[in-house]
Amino acid sequence: MEVAIKAINLTKRYGNFTAVDHINFEVYYGEVFGFLGPNGAGKTTTIKMLTTVTRPTEGTAIINGYDVIKQPAKVRESIGVVPQEYTADEDLTGWENLMLIAALYGIPKREARERAAELLDMVELSYAADRKVETYSGGMRRRLEIAMGLINRPAILFLDEPTLGLDAQTRAAIWDYVYRLRRQYGTTIFMTTHYLEEADQYAERVAIIDHGKILAIGTPKELKEKVGGDVITIEVNGDVNTARKVIEGIDGVSGVTVNGNTITFKVRNGNTAAPPIILEALNKLSIRATSITIKEPTMDEVFLEFTGRRLRDEEGSSEEFMRFRRTVARARR
Amino acid sequence: MGMAVKLHPLHGLWALTNRELAKWYKAPVILIISLIQPIVWLAFFGKSMNFATMFTSGLNIPGLNIPKQVIDEIASEVLKANFGTTDYFSFLAVGMLSFITLFTSLQSGMSIVWDRRLGGVLSKLLTTPVPRGGNIVMAKVLNSMIRSLVQATIVLIIAMLLGMSLNPSLNPLDILGAYAALALMSMGFASLFVTLALRSTSWESQMAIMNLLNMPLMFASNSFYPVKSMPWWLKPIAYVNPLTYVNDINRQLLLGVTGYNLLLDFTYLIAFAAIFSIIGIVLSWRYLSEA
Repeated sequence: MEVAIKAINLTKRYGNFTAVDHINFEVYYGEVFGFLGPNGAGKTTTIKMLTTVTRPTEGTAIINGYDVIKQPAKVRESIGVVPQEYTADEDLTGWENLMLIAALYGIPKREARERAAELLDMVELSYAADRKVETYSGGMRRRLEIAMGLINRPAILFLDEPTLGLDAQTRAAIWDYVYRLRRQYGTTIFMTTHYLEEADQYAERVAIIDHGKILAIGTPKELKEKVGGDVITIEVNGDVNTARKVIEGIDGVSGVTVNGNTITFKVRNGNTAAPPIILEALNKLSIRATSITIKEPTMDEVFLEFTGRRLRDEEGSSEEFMRFRRTVARARR
Repeated sequence: MGMAVKLHPLHGLWALTNRELAKWYKAPVILIISLIQPIVWLAFFGKSMNFATMFTSGLNIPGLNIPKQVIDEIASEVLKANFGTTDYFSFLAVGMLSFITLFTSLQSGMSIVWDRRLGGVLSKLLTTPVPRGGNIVMAKVLNSMIRSLVQATIVLIIAMLLGMSLNPSLNPLDILGAYAALALMSMGFASLFVTLALRSTSWESQMAIMNLLNMPLMFASNSFYPVKSMPWWLKPIAYVNPLTYVNDINRQLLLGVTGYNLLLDFTYLIAFAAIFSIIGIVLSWRYLSEA
């Protein structure tokens, strides 16, 4: 596969602080690539360097065959960007914003009109085309931003936290658009997110970034397997210790723990090969499994494994606090 | 998938200028409000500060029997010596053309702060193939020049309706010269204020700078009175103030009064406009690329 984005020792320092630290990765044409990391990990700085907004301190990146340092103008023609902030001019209508951006890309008027109409239709904003952007809701603005990022039919679309602060329904709709445009135009998509489920569900490959360094790259499935694969829990009727020995002897099994009649362990390729082999082995020794559950590791566990901390910590704390307050309030009644 | 469109160096300049202009002509209330000040100056101040009638109406010194004709003669000579014309209202009206131009140009700094405040407008522009230094900044300058000239035209028409008398032998070239002078001044001031605003995110500080500078710039020029009636310490300021040169050009061209050397006036204004727009373009290259 051909390489759409190639980061080579890409580095950004602000004074003594290294925001992005010698990162290397490749994104292939037609891919949906996710950049996962907590706030302040270096995601936005990376996007800014890849989109020529900020100059790297060291290293470079090749975008659509062009160098971000040596050929920034060529890079800008190849890409569409949906930054984290809202970029539409609030004083203009959605239509006027699209036409402005089209003019900045040098798209002839007639073609710009066709594309603007088509894109507004795709993001279901045709009905609001002539309304000032200041009257748009958050979801509408996000959709307009995506349309603006696509007006030049970019080879690569960069989305910086495209669903930040949106409700679940709007988030799903945004992803629907992203996938639809890839189907329609074959656009390569590079997106950052700190929603684990999004990276898991929508990105074909994910890079985990923290403290400016890439800690792991792979498909969500590969990353989960690196963590140690699926977690299997078996409840047995019979000699637990014999069962344990049998399970420990099977290839790919690790981290076996016993609790009463329940044996928990991790296994690679758990969904396919391991469980039947285990059940057969136990059966030969007349040990019956009364229940078996197979659990895929979550992206949360993947993240914990690679970064040593949970991504949810920051968000979770306020939720826990609310739960705590509710408990206190109930106790007082 | 890249585009085969060849982008010329001024690419995007008009689109960006048009974006600013659209906000302006779509909000006529703001246009009207910005015209109130110069019109108040003209209608209230200009019509009341009537030097000619001060001399002629009821000037009667007891014990001296000066014929009215002599007083009139003295009055007109004094006025001519000071203002270059006996018609103070027209003198002031020319000053108001540069007044509205100055005010409009000072506002150009606000729009770049506004773009930043809205969050991403500026960061979006930086990812498009628009030549970033020049065109983003110059679109604001061009917008300011166009607005200034349109507003100056409205002020000129209102002044004429209120009794401003133009040079009877006025030719189209004179009008062109007057507009060129206003445009050059607008270019210089707008560049200066956009440059000052490049790193600023505070809307309030821009307002403060605007308010701090507009009155001193007006009063340290020949907009309301001639430079020669100023105290010695104010004169040097008036002589570096571009407004002085714009007013001098416009009074010569529109009213037909005598003044300084027109060629030197224009040279000064061209230098003013060129220096500040070059500084603006150079600094915007540096500052905007690290935004």
